[in-house]
Amino acid sequence: MSQMANIDQAVFARRKRANKIGLVLSMFAMLLGMTFLIWILAVLFIKGFSAVNLNMFIASTPAPGSEGGGLANAIVGSLMLIGSCTLISTPVGVLAGLYLSEYGDRSKMAAITRFVTDIMLSAPSIVIGLFVYAFVVAEVKHFSGWAGTIALALIAIPVVVRTTENMLRLVPGSLREAAYALGAPKWKVAFMITLKAAQSGIMTGVLLSLARVSGETAPLLFTALSNQFFSTNMNAPMANLPVVIFQFAMSPYDNWVELAWGGALLITFTVLGLNILARVVFRDKAQG
Amino acid sequence: MMESSNSLSLSADKALKIARIQRIQDFLFHRVTQFFSLTVLLALMGIIVSLFINAWPALNEFGIGFFFSDEWDIVGGKFGGLIAIYGTLVSSVIALVIAVPLSFGIAVFLTEICHSRLKRPLGIAIELLAAVPSIIYGMFGLFIFAPIFGDYIEPALQATLGKIPLLSILFSGPANGIGMLCAGLILAMMILPFIASVMRDVFEIVPPVLKESAYGIGCTTWEVVRRIVLPYTKAGVIGGIMLGLGRALGETMAVTFVIGNARRISPSLFAPGSSIASTLANQFGEAEAGLHSSALFALGLALFFITFVVLALAKWMLIRMEKSQGLKS
Repeated sequence: MSQMANIDQAVFARRKRANKIGLVLSMFAMLLGMTFLIWILAVLFIKGFSAVNLNMFIASTPAPGSEGGGLANAIVGSLMLIGSCTLISTPVGVLAGLYLSEYGDRSKMAAITRFVTDIMLSAPSIVIGLFVYAFVVAEVKHFSGWAGTIALALIAIPVVVRTTENMLRLVPGSLREAAYALGAPKWKVAFMITLKAAQSGIMTGVLLSLARVSGETAPLLFTALSNQFFSTNMNAPMANLPVVIFQFAMSPYDNWVELAWGGALLITFTVLGLNILARVVFRDKAQG
Repeated sequence: MMESSNSLSLSADKALKIARIQRIQDFLFHRVTQFFSLTVLLALMGIIVSLFINAWPALNEFGIGFFFSDEWDIVGGKFGGLIAIYGTLVSSVIALVIAVPLSFGIAVFLTEICHSRLKRPLGIAIELLAAVPSIIYGMFGLFIFAPIFGDYIEPALQATLGKIPLLSILFSGPANGIGMLCAGLILAMMILPFIASVMRDVFEIVPPVLKESAYGIGCTTWEVVRRIVLPYTKAGVIGGIMLGLGRALGETMAVTFVIGNARRISPSLFAPGSSIASTLANQFGEAEAGLHSSALFALGLALFFITFVVLALAKWMLIRMEKSQGLKS
């Protein structure tokens, strides 16, 4: 009898030990994840803040070997690329999402589209750059801001489609039925009832797509390229923050590397800010 | 009497007219939204077709051997994709080996251990780690991580694991930080939050009753995770891992900064190499039209094909997970 109790005690002790080891390792993993985040942000702050000054926002990128300089052309270029990308991707994404949620239950086509959209969400962005190069740049024979816009839009659209569809599906069916009962046609119900009810969710999707696109570098390498000078011509190569950061970080000039850190800080803050904003927009609405 | 029936038929006419207009409007609405959802499909087809057309000269010239040849002679016009494919696969596998256990730990922490008040902020923090642009990881890797890695961690690895006879070959060569292992580690940092948030999401759908009954018969937290949560969410967990793998395979900027961009295959993990994405990023801008750019398109096609298969498998796993959940509940 007492032997039995001993065995039980041993098994119990072993199970408790396994539990403790597992849980401590989990905590360690979490700690490591947090360390990475804080480490990256700290490095960005320390390296980036010394580069941030007024000059960064008003001067254009410096020529090789020259002192000073800023990122004004890259900042403006990035804003224009992202802005025009949003103007394309939002209507296309929202309408496609509307189709998937309002008509997509029975159709095989919609199921395939949904599957493809999910894959495009994580498709390698450099391949999208290659595609736009072959499709646009090789045809018109020069790099351009528009090509960059198209590449970014191809990345943003799947994000908008998926969040729009998910948000529209959260709108209760009784709301739609109430509108139908009043004699409203389907398109009116979709635009004035369903879309309106899911407004903040769709805003979230748009903000997330903005955040995703703001940091993308690879698709711009062969499309918008970069431009050493200040230019707002969407038909010409266009400076943009990610590509400038890539070129400057790999360069041998100290002031270029410093500007790259400044740009990195700017981009990261924009992206993280948009992400947090997206969450706040959605949560406020969800609670209210 | 006469008048009222007249007005009735008139309004019925009007109603019919309105109904007809509405039917046309609805038809237009249906087709317009359908058209836009088809653009996504068309984009995918366009990508595959245009990659294939542009890759054709190289594939035609070198045949299937393109993917098994390690030659990359730009001047001589001889191209093979093996080095880049090898680099892509090895760096992604390193990333997975490191990221999977860590993200499992994070998911367990967030669902089982963490105080409920901390759950949300910590979950968001992990998601923010996923949102940091890849070029930032690249810069961080090149300027901060690689020097520390080369000065301290690589010599330490050489002194310990490098002493074991068979393993030593993996850890041979000069320890200068930049190389396959460093690329794998930075990739691991990048995909960790993706895998962790998928795992957390699938862990959270385990019905509380299941877990509570296990706790009720005296299971420890770890046993509940291993024997109840993990088997229940197996498909979802594998789906999440595949999703991370898909990300790692196609990642460009972070890898380009730290992989070293050498064009050779070396058994040592410390040695520099190159991946498909880094080769494209470095060479495509300067490639001349002809075999060189066509060979790069062929690499792009290979990358797209590999990630497509991995992501499709991931999606399939996650859909299966959702379906079985519907059956069980």
